[in-house]
Amino acid sequence: MMTQVQKVDLTKVKPYGDTMNDGMVQLSFTLPVPDGDEAVEAARQLVKKMGFEEPSVVYHKDLGIGYTYFIVYGKTIYTVDYTKIEVPKVDVKTMEKEEVEQFIRDNIKRNVVVVGACTGTDAHTVGIDAIMNMKGYAGHYGLERYHGIEAYNLGSQVPNEELVAKAIELKADAILVSQVVTQKNVHIPNLTQLVELLEAEGIRDKVILCCGGPRITHELAKELGYDAGFGPGTFAEDVASFIVTEMVKRGLV
Amino acid sequence: MGKLNLDKNLIDRCRQAAKNITDEVQKFIDVHTTTSTERAIVRLLNIDGVDEIGKPLPNVVVDNIKEGGGLGRGAAYWLGNAILNTGLTPQEIAERISAGEIDITRLPAKDEGAIRETIYELAKKTVDKIKANREKREEYIRTLGEGRQPYIYVIVATGNIYEDIIQAQAAARQGADVIAVIRTTGQSLLDYVPYGATTEGFGGTYATQENFRLMRKALDEVSEEIGRYVRLTNYCSGLCMPEIAAMGALERLDMMLNDALYGILFRDINMQRTLIDQFFSRVINGFAGIIINTGEDNYLTTDDAVEAAHTVLASQFINEQFALKAGIPPKQMGLGHAFEMNPDLENGFLLELAQAQMAREIFPEAPLKYMPPTKYMTGNIFKGHIQDAMFNMVSIMTHQGIQLLGMLTEAIHTPHLHDRYLSIENAKYIFNNARNLGDEIEFKEGGIIQTRAQEVLKKAAELLTEIEKEGLFAILEQGKFAGVKRSRTGGKGLDGVAKKDAGYFNPFIDLMLGGDR
Repeated sequence: MMTQVQKVDLTKVKPYGDTMNDGMVQLSFTLPVPDGDEAVEAARQLVKKMGFEEPSVVYHKDLGIGYTYFIVYGKTIYTVDYTKIEVPKVDVKTMEKEEVEQFIRDNIKRNVVVVGACTGTDAHTVGIDAIMNMKGYAGHYGLERYHGIEAYNLGSQVPNEELVAKAIELKADAILVSQVVTQKNVHIPNLTQLVELLEAEGIRDKVILCCGGPRITHELAKELGYDAGFGPGTFAEDVASFIVTEMVKRGLV
Repeated sequence: MGKLNLDKNLIDRCRQAAKNITDEVQKFIDVHTTTSTERAIVRLLNIDGVDEIGKPLPNVVVDNIKEGGGLGRGAAYWLGNAILNTGLTPQEIAERISAGEIDITRLPAKDEGAIRETIYELAKKTVDKIKANREKREEYIRTLGEGRQPYIYVIVATGNIYEDIIQAQAAARQGADVIAVIRTTGQSLLDYVPYGATTEGFGGTYATQENFRLMRKALDEVSEEIGRYVRLTNYCSGLCMPEIAAMGALERLDMMLNDALYGILFRDINMQRTLIDQFFSRVINGFAGIIINTGEDNYLTTDDAVEAAHTVLASQFINEQFALKAGIPPKQMGLGHAFEMNPDLENGFLLELAQAQMAREIFPEAPLKYMPPTKYMTGNIFKGHIQDAMFNMVSIMTHQGIQLLGMLTEAIHTPHLHDRYLSIENAKYIFNNARNLGDEIEFKEGGIIQTRAQEVLKKAAELLTEIEKEGLFAILEQGKFAGVKRSRTGGKGLDGVAKKDAGYFNPFIDLMLGGDR
């Protein structure tokens, strides 16, 4: 009889290369040592210490300053229990643009004001533009195009104080903050300061506060005192759905 | 001639419209100055350093002039007058101002002819020094040689100039022809230039004169070692454009990001301020032999690369005319554009090819600065590496001048050491393997590529005609570029703009634009 293909055990999940539970992982990294037999052995030993069996250095290359680049395969000894995984997620059903517009007409009955910005020293508006600008991103229109939403994109390098002042002036229902530059965790104190300012102004409870960016997770956002955090792959309708649903849920209509 | 069958009359029409547009703006520029322009003059007259609270002395001097209501007369006049009054050097005068011992606009007025003579003598020495830097670069290129175009351009951005040096030298050994030290995020909005060697920055390293010097020295060393001159780039944009240009000229930088409109559109710097600033910064860059890189690629990250392609071309025409006015020859014009179309687009590669070939044919002498995909880089590093390969292919097929290499880890982090190695390997492979492909092929008459290029040119001509009619200021107010609206009196830095008075002079404009080049 032919050997059956092994079934996955969800309580002990391992990487899959070409055979169930082979544990195969590809790694690439640089070590600050000159290329040679010792360097290859160093890479092998390091990968072994990471919990990989049969580490195999398939490529190594001198990078010009006595450092060496490696590509290594290894079989991990670890597993995870998939059945016990819990991930905090933005808890809302995403509606299409038209559904959001209908939801606003039915449940909010006035324009929803959304103010957004790249704050602090961040000059990368690609994220906030994708969510807010008319054109949107990858065929998903931005909030500016939504009937029933007044969207104000304040652009890049907006100080938190200015964002808060603008939110008060415009009576914002929601504030969106984009943080793309996250080197050395520069976004953490900046995001925290915004929450503190809103609390000091006494309006933290009156707005839906969201942040987004390539390194932002919902979990991080909640930890910092935001209502939601949006990572890569988010479109305007995801954010819009959250805002309008949350407004109704919190009685902010 | 050309592969795209472009209408030569339409190209001439665009160029003429851009000339008329910039002629109008130049009239405005010529009767105004700015704090940053005057600080650049002060720097070129040998004032450097900081006071006890870290404020740069060029700011101390120009603030003192501004507070005394003398900005419209220009720093050269006031410094010349102070020299005649005190017999001190400009640096000593700056130190006395800082100590509160001199109020520069309150000194007795000396003879204007004598003031000019004093200043021109000092200015001439600086100009000679910059000229010597230019000759030194030419000498290096003559003796060591340089990489073939497209120059392989990579970025270092550790925040620490000493770490940057390690990365830059590694990149040079791997084959990079140009090293750009990215500035720390936010520097463009500082209304002063920080001082000294720096080791802290976010997403980049402060542009300071000392950092320029350290990196140029390190690159000279590695250039000699590998037998190929490696160029150094920094960012001549933001609120301190002319000062950065002055520093770069003094420390022999080789390229500068330097766009006439970028600061207005993407950093919300006041349009009057930027337009005045770009002029003097470009006069300096032009004289110093620095290749400017313009920022049209940015239009395509904010706007759609297919729909907004003509705005890139229109802006290239405008940047070309502003550059010519500042004495920058075409071979120093790294006009910018980018490979930013959605990779899911059917025949997108053909449209990218059309755009790149069009720029090549319309600006035949310019070392075009070609920017890599960023907007549609996803974190899938393997696909990203292929997107970068497609970008490299367009570049070699259309003879681009300066190739800012894409990084497979774009959208994830600033490049790691091996990301740069993989990118350089990618580019070298394709440039070598397809070196003369572009010379071997013609495009089908009336086909997708020709038709696309002709359409983009036609739309650019329409836009330029509209700007010609309405004026550049009005068009920026209406948001015709990158979909960004800016008001004439809005944005940052307007308080640094002043109208020149009758006694104003800037010796460097004369010396750099006029005399012995």
